[in-house]
Amino acid sequence: MEEILYFLQQVINGLTIGSTYALIAIGYTMVYGIIGMINFAHGEIYMIGTYVTFIVISALGMLGIANPFFLMGAALLVAVLVSCAYGFAVERVAYRPVRGSKRLIALISAIGMSIFLQNYMRLAQGSRDMAISSLIPGGWEFGIESFAVNLSYMQVIIFGVTLGCMLLLSTFISRSRLGRACRACSQDAGMARLLGINTDMIISMTFVIGAALAAVAGLLLGMYYGVVNPYIGFLAGLKAFTAAVLGGIGSIPGAMLGGLLLGVAEALTGGYLSTEYKDVVAFGLLILILLFRPSGILGKPEVEKI
Amino acid sequence: MTEHVEDVGILASCAGEVLAPQDAMLALENLTTHYGPVQALNDVSLAVGKGEIVTLIGANGAGKTTLLMSICGDPRPTSGRVWFEGEEITGTPTARVMRGGLSVVPEGRRIFTGMTVEENLAMGGYYQTREENERSIEHVLDLFPRLRERFNQRGGTMSGGEQQMLAIGRALMSRPRLLLLDEPSLGLAPIVIGQIFDIVEQLREQGTTIFLVEQNAHRALSIADRGYVLEHGHVVLADSGKALLANDDVRRAYLGG
Ligand SMILES: Nc1ncnc2c1ncn2[C@@H]1O[C@H](COP(=O)(O)OP(=O)(O)O)[C@@H](O)[C@H]1O
Ligand SMILES: [Mg+2]
Repeated sequence: MEEILYFLQQVINGLTIGSTYALIAIGYTMVYGIIGMINFAHGEIYMIGTYVTFIVISALGMLGIANPFFLMGAALLVAVLVSCAYGFAVERVAYRPVRGSKRLIALISAIGMSIFLQNYMRLAQGSRDMAISSLIPGGWEFGIESFAVNLSYMQVIIFGVTLGCMLLLSTFISRSRLGRACRACSQDAGMARLLGINTDMIISMTFVIGAALAAVAGLLLGMYYGVVNPYIGFLAGLKAFTAAVLGGIGSIPGAMLGGLLLGVAEALTGGYLSTEYKDVVAFGLLILILLFRPSGILGKPEVEKI
Repeated sequence: MTEHVEDVGILASCAGEVLAPQDAMLALENLTTHYGPVQALNDVSLAVGKGEIVTLIGANGAGKTTLLMSICGDPRPTSGRVWFEGEEITGTPTARVMRGGLSVVPEGRRIFTGMTVEENLAMGGYYQTREENERSIEHVLDLFPRLRERFNQRGGTMSGGEQQMLAIGRALMSRPRLLLLDEPSLGLAPIVIGQIFDIVEQLREQGTTIFLVEQNAHRALSIADRGYVLEHGHVVLADSGKALLANDDVRRAYLGG
């Protein structure tokens, strides 16, 4: 019994982290779906989202506002807006000018953008950890005498918000006019252009949607862990990228699935082996997928992009 | 008797009157297009009058697709000018050109295979209001009853003929005044080819001007008012459809004897 509960605890923890990986992974997968390139500055957008969350919560806290849901809502709004602006700017500055040139050039441009954002944040906020206290502490406990499973309120919020975002995104992509254009562009952007569609706008929108979801992840994970520094974007970005590849890059359901799977895999490794192996799992997995099934779980076999 | 285009002036139409680029529905003036260092079009001039069906024939690799796509600005011509309804559109971004009253059915159809017939059609009238969009879809479905049966099916699951109908239907969604067609009969069964050509004639009767690129030269010239022959990226012959069908050189090279 104890064994099962312990396992359950790891799965809950894994799904929590995995949800946020999934949110970030969607940004990678959508951008890849449309322009066929990895947005290497995406992890930095997540980092910025976390910073904005912390700044808003601290600032409003100093003004004496204490309602955690109001704080969270306000932080969410500002973080999403600011990150969207950064996402938009990243595309304009690092991708659009080099579109049509060699992939390596775009890659270097994006990595440059990533380094710039990281260091810009370091200058603006300092390179040391910034912390906030837990806004929504506590949770439920259930189990038997010798072992209790913890499900914190924050974890439930993470599941809930992630689920909400996924549903919103799925509906948008499958039902709305813009979502349809998005799908059309990711299949054949040239054809969309031949139908008069402003594909530049669709590409911008893709970066912005990805940034918004990364900001949501930044808020959730930031509130869960309570600390941020300018370097968190690198690791989170790599993890989410792994999740996107695992699920099948280009596929939105794939990114969701990949994120959850990776989160659980990490948590189980941490729970049964050692937390030091957690990151090794992600990158080991990445290498294995790239070797044996580069198209991922839900991706189409021939991932061929111009 | 056919004449080389150089002799009659670049924009001669078969009736004898010379169309100025501003007066034609579509006019190309000395158009040259490159892919990197490779020249695919060499100083092409031609015109399509309002209400005409004009056919462009040429061997594989002659540059037919390049010519058609250069009109849309994709690829961008290296030099020369493109006129549409009296306005110069050279260098205008593709998406803007395509919103201005012309549509293309590209080579290989390029329908959105993962999307339903309805969604594909809706993409063709992307900037319309919802009511306009629904009316256009209804119009297309009347033209292609087959698409009505397949309305909720994914484009990729349909036969080649149905996909071609979808590609044409999608192009018609924006109610174009000029329709560009790139080898619509390619890879289709003879019966389906007949249907496609019937539709093209029907469209012209309804007032749409047609510029048709074909390797199926016989059918294409039969329905054409006028035709051009493209060789190695250059227009070598221009005449009425009938005259081209009777031309010995054309018969030998494109009609199999
Ligand atoms: N995207 C491209 N890049 C480089 N060369 C091309 C490209 N498309 C066509 N070409 C070349 O341009 C020439 C004309 O091709 P195309 O316009 O497709 O001819 P057609 O449609 O008459 O068969 C050919 O020699 C072809 O190899
Ligand atoms: Mg061709």
